[in-house]
Amino acid sequence: MDELIFFINKVLINGTVIGSIYALGAVGVTLIFGILRFAHFAHGDLMTVGAMFALIVTALAASAGFTAPVPMGFIVMPVAMAATAVLAIGLDHVFYKPLRDKGTRPVVMVMASIGVTLMLQGVVRLFAGTQSRSFYIGEQKDIFRIAVPIGDARRTITITEPQILLIVFTAIVVVALHYFLTRTRRGKAMRAVSDNPDLARVSGIDTQMVVRTTWIIGGGLAAAAGTLLSLDVVLKPDLSFNLLLPIFAAAIVGGIGQPFGAIAGGFIVGFAETVSIFNWALLLRPFRDIWPEAIEFPTRIAFVPTEYKLAVPFFILIAVLIWRPTGIFKGRQF
Amino acid sequence: MSGDYLIEAKGLFGGYGGADILRGVDIAIRRDQIGVIVGPNGAGKSTTLKALFGLLTVREGTVQLNGTDITNAPPEKLVPLGMAYVPQELNVFGTLTVEENLEMGAYVRRDDFRDSLDHIYTIFPPLADKKDQAAGELSGGQRQMVAMGRALMSEPSLILLDEPTAGLSPLYMDQIFDRVVAIRKNGVGVLMVEQNAKQALAFADVGFVLAQGDNRFTDTGAALIADPDVAKSFLGG
Ligand SMILES: Nc1ncnc2c1ncn2[C@@H]1O[C@H](COP(=O)(O)OP(=O)(O)OP(=O)(O)O)[C@@H](O)[C@H]1O
Ligand SMILES: [Mg+2]
Repeated sequence: MDELIFFINKVLINGTVIGSIYALGAVGVTLIFGILRFAHFAHGDLMTVGAMFALIVTALAASAGFTAPVPMGFIVMPVAMAATAVLAIGLDHVFYKPLRDKGTRPVVMVMASIGVTLMLQGVVRLFAGTQSRSFYIGEQKDIFRIAVPIGDARRTITITEPQILLIVFTAIVVVALHYFLTRTRRGKAMRAVSDNPDLARVSGIDTQMVVRTTWIIGGGLAAAAGTLLSLDVVLKPDLSFNLLLPIFAAAIVGGIGQPFGAIAGGFIVGFAETVSIFNWALLLRPFRDIWPEAIEFPTRIAFVPTEYKLAVPFFILIAVLIWRPTGIFKGRQF
Repeated sequence: MSGDYLIEAKGLFGGYGGADILRGVDIAIRRDQIGVIVGPNGAGKSTTLKALFGLLTVREGTVQLNGTDITNAPPEKLVPLGMAYVPQELNVFGTLTVEENLEMGAYVRRDDFRDSLDHIYTIFPPLADKKDQAAGELSGGQRQMVAMGRALMSEPSLILLDEPTAGLSPLYMDQIFDRVVAIRKNGVGVLMVEQNAKQALAFADVGFVLAQGDNRFTDTGAALIADPDVAKSFLGG
C-alpha cells in the first residue's frame, strides 16, 4: 500500500504539478507563435521576471504587516501578472515590433528573443542576485497529509497548498481560455489572425490589438506559472533555463499554434518526466518475500536518473519533430 | 462630376517594389453597377484590386471612393468606409466555423449584426446547414460563398471580388453569378475580376479589358462582347 501511495505522490501529483507549469508556459509560446510567427525564446524569462515581481510585492506586503489565509505570493499574483503583461508589451514594442514592421524573417526574430533572454537574465541577477529565495516570509507553507485508510498504509498522500492552488488555477485558465477563444469577439479575432493574417487585415480586424492581447495572455500566464512554481519550491534565477526546453517540447507536442494542444502537451511532458525518473523498483517491494533467490532484488529501476530529467523533454521534442512534426493536434510545422 | 462615381481610379501606376505592374490603369463604376475586369493571366487584374484596397503602394494616380480620396489608404481604414474585398486565394479562415468567418466580416461593426447573418444564410442557403462546420472542410463553391458572405457582413457599398468562380463547376459558377447580380440589386456596387469573361461581361454594366498593366478596352459589357477585336484577342474568338 505504501508503495502505491508513494507512486501517487511521486508520479501523479508531481506530474500534475509540473504539467500545469509547463501547460501555462506552453500556451503563451504557442499563442505567440500563432500570431507573431516566431519562437519566443525569452518566454522562460518572463516566468522568472513575473515570479520576481510577485516576490517583491510579497516582501512589501509582509513588511507592511499584511496577512492572509492563503500564501501572500498567491494574493499578489494578479499584480505580478499585470506587470509582466505590461513588460511583455513593452518588450514587443521596443524589440520585436520594429523588426516585424521591417518584414524581418522569423529566424531573426528568434535571435532577437534570445538577446532579450540574456538581457532579462542579467536584469534578474542584477536585482535579485544569484541565490534562491523563498516566498514564505514569516508564513508557513501548509502541507496536507491525507491518510489512506486501507490495509497497513502508513504513508500519506501529500500535497502542498501552493500545489492545490496551481492545479485549481490551471483548471480555471483552461476553461477561461476556451470561453475567450470560442465565444468572444476578441478571442475569435485572435484565432482569425492566427489562421490567416492577410485575410484578417482585409476584414478590418485590428491586428495591433490582437498582438497586444497575445502578449497580455502570454505574459500573464508566464508570470502565474513562475510565481506558482516558486511558491511550491523556491525562486531560482535560473528557473527559466530549466523550463524553456520542456515548454517548447509541450508546445510542439501539442501542435504549434494550438492552445489546447499546448495544455495537453504540458501534461504529457510533465507526466513523461515523473514517470521516467520514478524508481519503479519500489513497486516490487511487496514481492520481496517471494522473490527468487537466484536473482538479485533490484533497488533502483528508473528510465532516466533524476539528474538527467531534462533529457526527457528533449527526447520527446526530437521524437515528435521526426515522426509527427505537426504535433498531436495538427498544428503548424516549425 | 467625380462625385457620381462609387469608385474611380485614374492613371494608376504601381507594383510590388520592382518594376511597375500597373501602368496607367483606369477604373470607374457608378453606384449599383457591376464592373468586370477581364484580361489574360498576369495582366495585372488582381494587382489592380489590391491597389484599390490599399494592399499595394500606388506610385502615381488617384483612387476616389464616393468622391473622397482614398489613394493608399490601408484596408483597416477602407472597411469602415464601406469597401470590402474577397481575395483570389486563401479567402476563408479555414480553422474557423462558417459562422465565425461571417462574424469576422462584421468585426468593424459594433451594432447587432444578427439580421445580416440571417440575410447571408438566405442568399447562400447551403451555408445555413454548415454554420458550425470549419470553413476549411467545405467544397470550393461553398468556400467561395463563405468568402463573399464574410465580405458582405461589413455592409459595404462596394465589394471587390477576385475571380469568385475560379475552379468551380459550371453549376456553381451560375449560382455565384446569380448572387453577384442579387448583391447589386441590394444596392451594393460590385467590381469583379473574371476568367469566365464572356459570361461575366454578359451581365456587367461596365467592362475593363486589361493587358500588360493597362486598359486595352473600356466599355459596357454588351459592347465589349460585340466588339470583334475584343472577341478575337480576349474572349477566345
Ligand atoms: N506579390 C507579388 N509580388 C511580386 N510580383 C507579383 C506579386 N503578385 C503578382 N505579381 C506579378 O504581377 C503581375 C500581375 O499579376 P496579377 O496577379 O495582378 O495578374 P492577374 O491579372 O490577376 O493574373 P491571373 O489571371 O493569373 O490571376 C504578374 O507578372 C505577377 O507575376
Ligand atoms: Mg489574379
